Amino acid sequence: MKFSEAWLRTWVDPELDAAGLAHVLTMGGLEVEALSPCAPPFEQVVVGQILTVEKHPQADRLNCLRVDVGTSTPLSIVCGAPNVMVGMKAPCALVGAVLPGDLTIKAAKVRGIESQGMMCSARELGLSEESDGLLALAAHAPVGRSIRAWLDLDDRQFTLKLTPNRADCLSMRGVAREVAALTQRPLSPLSFIPRKTNPEFGTRTVRIDAIEGCARYCGRLVHLEHPDLPTPDWMVRRLERAGLRAKALVVDVTNYVMLELGQPLHAFADAALTGNLEVRWAREGESLTVLSGQTVALTADLLVVADEAGPQALAGLMGGQNSAVSAQTRDIFLEAAWFSPMALAGRARRLGLVSEAAFRFERGVDPSLTQEALERATQLLLDCAGGGQAGPILDLVHPEKMPQRLPVRVRPDRVRRLLGFEVAVEAMQQILTRLGVCLEGSGADWTATAPTWRVDLEREVDYVEEIARCVGYDQIPMQVPKAPLRALHLPERQRSRQSVVQRLQARGFQEVITYSFVPAEGEQRLAMQPSPLALLNPLSQDLAVMRSTLSVGLMETLVFNLKRKQEQVRIFEWGRCFLPARDTDGLCTQPMRLGGLWYGTRFPEQWGIKSEPADFFDLKGVVEELLPPGASFVPAQHPALHPGRSAEVRWNGQSIGWVGELHPRLGPSFDLSRMPLLFELEWAPLTREAWPEYRSTPRFQPVRRDLALVMEEGVPAMAVLDALRAVAPKNVTDVLLFDVYQGAGVEEGKKSLAFCVKIQDTERSSTEGELEQICQELIRVAEQRFGAVLR
Amino acid sequence: MQVLMSLQEEALALFARLDSPHALEEAKARYLGKTGALTEHLKGLGALPHEERKSAGAAINQVKGVLEKALQQRREALVLAQQERELRASVLDVTLPGRHHERGATHPVTRTLERMETLFRSLGFEVAEGPEVESDDYNFTALNIPADHPARAMHDTFYLAPGVVLRTHTSPVQVRYLKSHALPVRIIAPGRVFRCDSDVTHTPMFHQVEGLWVAEEGVSLAALKGLLSEFMRHFFEQEDLPTRFRPSFFPFTEPSAEMDVGCVICQGHGCRVCSHTGWLEVLGCGLVHPNVLEPLGIDSERYVGLAFGMGVERLAMIRYGVDDLRTFYENDLRFLKHFQ
Repeated sequence: MKFSEAWLRTWVDPELDAAGLAHVLTMGGLEVEALSPCAPPFEQVVVGQILTVEKHPQADRLNCLRVDVGTSTPLSIVCGAPNVMVGMKAPCALVGAVLPGDLTIKAAKVRGIESQGMMCSARELGLSEESDGLLALAAHAPVGRSIRAWLDLDDRQFTLKLTPNRADCLSMRGVAREVAALTQRPLSPLSFIPRKTNPEFGTRTVRIDAIEGCARYCGRLVHLEHPDLPTPDWMVRRLERAGLRAKALVVDVTNYVMLELGQPLHAFADAALTGNLEVRWAREGESLTVLSGQTVALTADLLVVADEAGPQALAGLMGGQNSAVSAQTRDIFLEAAWFSPMALAGRARRLGLVSEAAFRFERGVDPSLTQEALERATQLLLDCAGGGQAGPILDLVHPEKMPQRLPVRVRPDRVRRLLGFEVAVEAMQQILTRLGVCLEGSGADWTATAPTWRVDLEREVDYVEEIARCVGYDQIPMQVPKAPLRALHLPERQRSRQSVVQRLQARGFQEVITYSFVPAEGEQRLAMQPSPLALLNPLSQDLAVMRSTLSVGLMETLVFNLKRKQEQVRIFEWGRCFLPARDTDGLCTQPMRLGGLWYGTRFPEQWGIKSEPADFFDLKGVVEELLPPGASFVPAQHPALHPGRSAEVRWNGQSIGWVGELHPRLGPSFDLSRMPLLFELEWAPLTREAWPEYRSTPRFQPVRRDLALVMEEGVPAMAVLDALRAVAPKNVTDVLLFDVYQGAGVEEGKKSLAFCVKIQDTERSSTEGELEQICQELIRVAEQRFGAVLR
Repeated sequence: MQVLMSLQEEALALFARLDSPHALEEAKARYLGKTGALTEHLKGLGALPHEERKSAGAAINQVKGVLEKALQQRREALVLAQQERELRASVLDVTLPGRHHERGATHPVTRTLERMETLFRSLGFEVAEGPEVESDDYNFTALNIPADHPARAMHDTFYLAPGVVLRTHTSPVQVRYLKSHALPVRIIAPGRVFRCDSDVTHTPMFHQVEGLWVAEEGVSLAALKGLLSEFMRHFFEQEDLPTRFRPSFFPFTEPSAEMDVGCVICQGHGCRVCSHTGWLEVLGCGLVHPNVLEPLGIDSERYVGLAFGMGVERLAMIRYGVDDLRTFYENDLRFLKHFQ
């Protein structure tokens, strides 16, 4: 909502400057988004009239003018503007004037001819970006008058950022009412004398078929003598300062009344209408070319005003081109109706139409305005168009479909409790009364009825807000909040998000956050999901489907950073993935997961450490640090991973994720010659904290025996390790794998695994013989199960 | 005696000259070994007349003592010299950088979220979560946003299916939590939210922290002001941070307010970030609308709720001076590494 400050002050004039007024509005809930002067500062520019025009003797494109600026002798001025004419009035900057851009006007000789000032264009005065000649002023502009005064250039434009509940402030009268209430100043009423109607003039018959969309319809025929007369300057200025462009008289007047009172109006060219009018829902198959030039295929949820030939207007939204009014249209049918918000919600946006009328109807227009608005528009039209005639007003009302203003109970005690501080009953009463609320009942319990324009006042809390904002939110004391103490405790068996993630960060992994929606092809390439969840209305193909794996975003991030010359990329993301299976709410499943990627070297580049690429075991080591106790890895097939270099992570008998190297087949599609390592884990198991199990510290020295076992290279090391651990007696605290060897001394196709057996006695020290026996048993099992021999 | 003295002189001179432990031990043998020169003198004692034997013996032993002491000193000196050589040979350039492992940082949005969580936890707020794919019932209807509200239009909301949306705010967690927990409740709900909008100042995904406190006592507009001002003062670590509440509108709160803080960049003098107003808008808040509480079976006469919601990216931008929202989701490592 934009408006001119000067216009507002004709309604209500508080003793505040523009900044003070802006503050009052903002703090009252009507946020002032911008407050800008209508013209940059300049002085000594007056209305000048060109008396004579002569070609400059030395220059083709210059003219020598004699200009009357109201002084005894006219000024001689050299001017290069193309549109100079004898008799024309235009702004004239006098000697000494300083124009925008710090241009000081001096008396000077231009190509040998004396020039005593400068005739100005709109651009030179900072009133527009472009102009193609002098700013032509009205013929009745008083010569010598300051241009600032004549064009009211000291005015300012306010821009309000209105919240959707304050539809009542989408008009000058609405804003003025609010200012009057907030500043406790009187509001000037709109006074005009309604024109006499000519009963013989007749009207069109209108029928409301869709009463749920249109509860009131008013209309009248108006005949104009001179519809082609220009719109008065004052009206053009108010329209322009409200952000609307002046077009032609009839359109300008309907817009003006909408800005003034808040009631959208529409004018039909009466001659273009056939027979009776009907307000109804559109029928499938109908279409309408609207004023913007767009042809709209109508659907049954669009309300139209139709004549017997078909739709003539999108009701409350935009008129049709067929019945559009031009500067030559002398007979118009003027409409002022109340269309329900429900009938217009979202329609303009869906059709891509910009409509001030729909914007107001969607938010709710005061249903009591229709007649007043018609009268006001008629009066202005007849005044500005050199006279004419107006027919009687047709008024169709369906009161049961009009917004109901039900009385609401308002209790001062309740107000105090919600606000948390004391407000006097008298103060509350004054505030509500100033807002036009009708109060009945005693000071402890009121019945409040909202004025017709406040469609947003429905419940007691709405009145609480009115009282609060009129008292001023800044008057509400800041209270230290009080509540009973309670412990917020993270169970000891649970790891916090930070503590898990810190392990990754300590290993050099940088957190990233990528979009939850990804390109469909990314999902196809990297996920097991053949049919990912697709958005019905994606912003672009790159953000079209919900991710079922974090690796799509991680790979995108890798590619992005490699293009920016990053050589080592270690990243992770924590977030939800989306799987089509329904959860208990009937929505998709949305598991929280942790995923990571490692590309490049094992260590950051530095002296003293040979630069080597990271491999599977580097990432596996990182993953192992994150896992809950009891997790294991088994070889697995994943469509996006190298079939021999990927593992499923298992825990508690179920799969909780995977780790592996990207499948080399995918390298080219990411423009990669070396494959990154990736992992993805379900989040919930990672938050399980191991429980410390206490055992008394033994008095005996631990003993270590090493075994090197040779076996087929295909035997999984973990299987051997698991088997050895399973058969080892109680005093073996652990069996560790400390070397894997292939080469000289080991037959081709075989490998040597070196195990360290750690023995810790608690009762007495084992003898050499007993230690030997343990080793023999382990060797025997390895031999039996895996065909291993001691090296 | 003369002989002995010159022997001693000769041996001491030799010891002092030798600079390897091995040569020193050889020299020791030459004088003190079984066939050493001094040992030979001792052996010769028996041939001396009895009365000379004692003094001659004493003289020899004295020389022996002198030599052994000299030997010992020389040995120690050699060990020290050896150590000294080794140390000199093993000098490092201690100014070389240490062997380092890089440390990854937290994303600035997460970092901000974590600070917010920590602060609210310290004020007794529990952290709750909810789904990101949400029903439009929870996302809109239950929050008093009726079917014809502009926010429900396709333009703002991502749809997966009719009735299934990507949540446009974290507020539905309020409803879910109230449905499943006994009163009083005091929670915040951080998380991702989605809007169908992308330009210089909007990303289609961003983060919010929702707050909710419903109780029989203690909740009011005045308490809301106190609570949020306390939070902002600590978030920006500025004890005298000015705050301002303006009336506003949200369908699920009434009364509603927007909160501004004095611009922390220009200290209220006016700058580009605050559009020369001296104020930064940081959140929306209000008292929970009875239309939200009542369908959940909550007696809105007995219980009063306050709620607030803030954009995490906005707070992160203000706090760290990041001037382009989109930077957060490019994940350029050169940017992210600033948040070590």
